[in-house]
Amino acid sequence: MSAETKKIGEIPSYKVTLFVRRFNPEDGQEARWEDFDVEVFGTDRVLDALHKIKWEQDGSLTFRRSCAHGVCGSDAMRINGRNRLACKTLIKDLDMSQPIYVEPIKGLAVEKDLVVDMNPFYQAYRDVKPFLIASDKPAKERLQSAEERARFDDTTKCILCAACTTSCPVFWTDGQYFGPAAIVNAHRFIFDSRDEASEVRLEILNDKEGVWRCRTTFNCTEACPRGIEVTKAIAEVKQAILVGRR
Amino acid sequence: MVTIETPRSPRSRKGAKWEKWGWLYMRASGVVLLVLIFGHLFINLFQNGIQAITFAFVAGKWADPFWKIWDGAMLWLALIHGTNGMRTIANDYTVRLGMRKFLNVTLWVVCFALIILGTLVITTFDPCSDPSVNQIADISIHCGK
Repeated sequence: MSAETKKIGEIPSYKVTLFVRRFNPEDGQEARWEDFDVEVFGTDRVLDALHKIKWEQDGSLTFRRSCAHGVCGSDAMRINGRNRLACKTLIKDLDMSQPIYVEPIKGLAVEKDLVVDMNPFYQAYRDVKPFLIASDKPAKERLQSAEERARFDDTTKCILCAACTTSCPVFWTDGQYFGPAAIVNAHRFIFDSRDEASEVRLEILNDKEGVWRCRTTFNCTEACPRGIEVTKAIAEVKQAILVGRR
Repeated sequence: MVTIETPRSPRSRKGAKWEKWGWLYMRASGVVLLVLIFGHLFINLFQNGIQAITFAFVAGKWADPFWKIWDGAMLWLALIHGTNGMRTIANDYTVRLGMRKFLNVTLWVVCFALIILGTLVITTFDPCSDPSVNQIADISIHCGK
């Protein structure tokens, strides 16, 4: 009787194996896979499993995370070959009978374990001038119709996690390419009726390494944890450059 | 220690911004080529089969300026379209700048050599200049031989 009551309140747990790509710049070794066995619950995410490894097994495991709830965009990583946020990926949604492979996002220099150098990514973001440029200083808020707002609503959702840019095969071999994330954030201002510098941004993205490098492989759209239609946004920027206006 | 070269540095903003025109050309020429190539295949193959393509058949086609323009347009559009596509692939897959330059230069040299040769053939084609033409009755009667 007592054994049965215990079972009712019990939360089922599972044993999963995680293969984590490790790299330590100080030990002089190449990057390598290291496996960890972790006991997880059905409600656990990959981030929880990484926490368990770091807190209970190997404190040297290094990865970024801030909010841990899919808002800050710190913990983008390549999980089972796909770019995702570790904090938004439930382990039970992956194939638990197989090991789970976790590695840093590709195309940016690895600093340690799952941490990459994000500076080139942010530089591309800065290059598109991701801020409102307006000549007037209104006393009240700048008004905008619902239709005008809808034009760039999708691209306001970006959290700069770099999942899209580092899933792009063009970016992998050509680090000069602006990348999907920078174009998404340019799109957010190019199609904003309150902004006055859309021509400037269109000219920046009309670069040799701008939107024309996009090969429409849709990796970015699939990778985006916010569900932004990235490839569509890039196509809209291409179209705006072709006709010369937003 | 980090083995990957830092992306986006050094960053060059030089060069004419003709990538837009390259992108546009690929789409425009692609649409035109669809018509030209399938028209070409239909005329050459579907009417009397592949056995019908002989020297006389080509000579007969090129007696008409319409087919000279058709084939010339197909030659230029397809070669530039294909070379630009190969250039894109080279840019996508080569990491070293020297290799990229070498491949691109080679591609365009080959492309323009083929365009010049092909254009020469189309514009200077004279069926009567071939000595064996006497054996082809259909043509030789037009050559005054």
